[in-house]
Amino acid sequence: MSSAPGRIPRWVDVALIPLVNIALAFIVSGVILWTIDVDPFAAVEIILFGAFGYDEAIGYTLYYTTNFVFTGLAVAVAFHAGLFNIGGEGQAYIGGLGVGLGILLVDSSLPFILILPFSILAAAAFGAAWAAIPAYLQAYRGSHIVITTIMFNFIAAALMVYLMVNVLIQPGSMSPESREFAEQAHLPFMHEVFGWFGMQVTPSPLNLSVVWAAICCFLVWAFIWRTRWGYEIRTVGANETAAIYAGIDPRRIVMLAMCVSGALAGFVGINEIMGVHHRLLLNFTAGYGFTGIAVSLMGRNHPVGIVLASLLFGMLYQGGAELAFEEPKVTRELVVTIQGLVILFSGALAFMMKGPIERAYLRIAGGFQRPAGQEG
Amino acid sequence: MSEPQQNLQDGADRPGAGVTAPPAIELRDINKSFGPVHANKNVNLSVRPGDIHGTIGENGAGKSTLMSILYGFYEADSGEILIGGKPTSIRSSRDAIAAGIGMVHQHFMLVDNMSVVENIMLGAESGAILASSVAAARAELERLEREYNLDVDPDALAGDLPVGQQQRVEILKALYRGADILILDEPTGVLTPQETDQLFRILDSLRQEGVTVILITHKLREIMAVTDHVSVMRQGEIIADRVTAETNKEELAELMVGRKVLLSLDKAAPRVGETVLRVENLSFVDRAGVARVDKVSFSVHAGEIVGIAGVSGNGQSELLELLSGIRPVTSGQFSMMGEDFSTEHPLDPATMRDVKAAHVPEDRLRTGLVKAFAADESAILGYHRSAAYNSAVFLDRGAIERDCGQKMSDFDVRPQNPALKTANFSGGNQQKIVLAREISRGPRLLLVGQPTRGVDIGAIEFIHRNIIAMRDSGSAVLLVSVELDEIMSLSDRILVMFEGRIVGEVAADQADERLLGLMMANAAPEQAGAAGS
Repeated sequence: MSSAPGRIPRWVDVALIPLVNIALAFIVSGVILWTIDVDPFAAVEIILFGAFGYDEAIGYTLYYTTNFVFTGLAVAVAFHAGLFNIGGEGQAYIGGLGVGLGILLVDSSLPFILILPFSILAAAAFGAAWAAIPAYLQAYRGSHIVITTIMFNFIAAALMVYLMVNVLIQPGSMSPESREFAEQAHLPFMHEVFGWFGMQVTPSPLNLSVVWAAICCFLVWAFIWRTRWGYEIRTVGANETAAIYAGIDPRRIVMLAMCVSGALAGFVGINEIMGVHHRLLLNFTAGYGFTGIAVSLMGRNHPVGIVLASLLFGMLYQGGAELAFEEPKVTRELVVTIQGLVILFSGALAFMMKGPIERAYLRIAGGFQRPAGQEG
Repeated sequence: MSEPQQNLQDGADRPGAGVTAPPAIELRDINKSFGPVHANKNVNLSVRPGDIHGTIGENGAGKSTLMSILYGFYEADSGEILIGGKPTSIRSSRDAIAAGIGMVHQHFMLVDNMSVVENIMLGAESGAILASSVAAARAELERLEREYNLDVDPDALAGDLPVGQQQRVEILKALYRGADILILDEPTGVLTPQETDQLFRILDSLRQEGVTVILITHKLREIMAVTDHVSVMRQGEIIADRVTAETNKEELAELMVGRKVLLSLDKAAPRVGETVLRVENLSFVDRAGVARVDKVSFSVHAGEIVGIAGVSGNGQSELLELLSGIRPVTSGQFSMMGEDFSTEHPLDPATMRDVKAAHVPEDRLRTGLVKAFAADESAILGYHRSAAYNSAVFLDRGAIERDCGQKMSDFDVRPQNPALKTANFSGGNQQKIVLAREISRGPRLLLVGQPTRGVDIGAIEFIHRNIIAMRDSGSAVLLVSVELDEIMSLSDRILVMFEGRIVGEVAADQADERLLGLMMANAAPEQAGAAGS
């Protein structure tokens, strides 16, 4: 009774508050742009046109979105078990290594139809394995998962440098890259796919992994909300004491959730290595794992929200790059600042506006209801 | 409503309760809403100086909200507060203290590793130099102890004191801050009957000294024992003010619930069958090396209810957790339905359910339910792997929802909506969901902890009848409760726990409150049936 909250409709929580947060980020960004004599409205126009204005731009935006969906889902699955997986970056990196190693092994001997599932499995297995070590340390040794996953990002980066420079480098090459994969190991670009149906689309890095990302969204939803394993994950995340009471071993759930999480992050490797670069190389994760944390927070750990948040960040990446290109006063660093502000307002300060907005809603809604409701 | 009765009482024999003195506290038309929930509706309350005024009501009736308004935790949406006849604005507990209001919370707010005198001056230090503050506080404390006859060692560490004494420290804390109006929120929840009596003597001497006391409780017995006036709250309103001497338990219970309530339970003699649970020398030692459960042995048979009485924190909770597989046993063993469990063959909660034992945990929100889940998801907790709720891969949502709907109608859970979030049910209805989940599979052994904690009277009656029905259908029931009334009205045999040991066993028909109280404090005279460890 004393803690009974007012009845706030769901749309306020899932739609209005995130929109207000994004608006605040854009307002602050606008002020920053205005102080360096850039017209904020013109800048917004460039960003929007740069992200959605023509087919190549849309391709790039969706290509970034694909990565954010994978890493956002990864963070969300761990979050439902009450775990904060900061290691999406490393898991994506190692997932990509798995894809690359797998394809280098079989690309000349297997047809595409076998290479594809094999690569997906390799990405999942490598990503999951990289997440399993911090998970084990958390579950059975009590090391905090936030600390260990951060450290595993650095370890992954160091490991990749070693492997690329010393082991996997193409003989005779100066740059730390593997040989290019055989043709049948390339995941088709979407412009190629459209081409099969006779549609002319400007080439972009967008490839078939966007379809796999959509499938993953559905699979994650079904796994979390429609299976007993998802039920156990959510129970552990929401109330560990109740989970133990119910005969659920939280240690096994930590392992399960982190392995699924790592596998999802690993799929970034499908998009980047199999879909775009067609070779193993360094730094292809480019911060997607970290942005996944903001995506998941903003998307309220739900696949639908994650898709929307991923689109927003895809737009910021692509449109921001356009802005830096078009407007000489806007440097790449400033674009990163704008992205950072969106993360700040929708992630770190996500609940700052919750109280004021809910109070305002109750005041407005209460004002409408009073004449209708019975008195006293 | 209260006016004529007040006049009747005027001219009573109490000192300081003069005819013309304004009320110590007067609340006028207090309203408070949380969104659509109208927690307090036009509440008018008048408390005479030097009175012990009881406020009684079910959980959710608005007692705590009202007192929180009075103590400045919440601000009323409308209405007036008059202290000693003067309109007073109370926006924070600081204002409340300044107005002479002190509050003793249900859960004590003491720093365990500080001495009594340090606790008392905490937040009211008289200067930057601690030593002089301590000396001043000690002098004032000693004066208060003499004046109100409240005996506590000023140098004892708060954490070392027994609960009853800790409560005295809380009272002294309020008096030290100059309170002449004292609000006590469910003060007897953690006390033995003897400590309760002591508390009532303290309240009486406070009354002699002119302190006004507001006692919030849901226990009718306490209202009858100690108060001068009583206000009954129901659904946010004060629906009756009574002079305590002119009312009785039955009337108050009926006012609280809004219908007639059976305060005593009729139950048939037990038909005791085979041994279902046998516990032998069971021990649990915690990380600090303290034996929380210490070589406990007993057995429970089919068709009987065995109650475990004891002041909270004497190992009953741990015992239940051992028997339900939540905690690992340190030594000893127990058998359930003939299957032995020990350190070599530990029981886990899933196995417990497999051998047809069920567990209603002590704390439904911390352990028994997941607040964030829909009711139907909470209603399968622990049984979520059952084939009834699962296809090969997916949960069968339809079956889960139908099952929950069935349980809700069988157990009269309101609102009857399986999709509603668990947190949005009242305490009594949450408890019914837990009970429905655990009982409806017909377990042969039911472990029950605090089945009616924070549950309204109407639901208590319902829950008790269901537990007795379980017994009558041949299940064994082990009941842990700190409510002596509950233990005495439900149990066929009563075991008393003290510091992890079972210090005695009494047949229910030979038990009375005094004897159990003494045993709970481990002060019972040597007597037949009171076995040692």
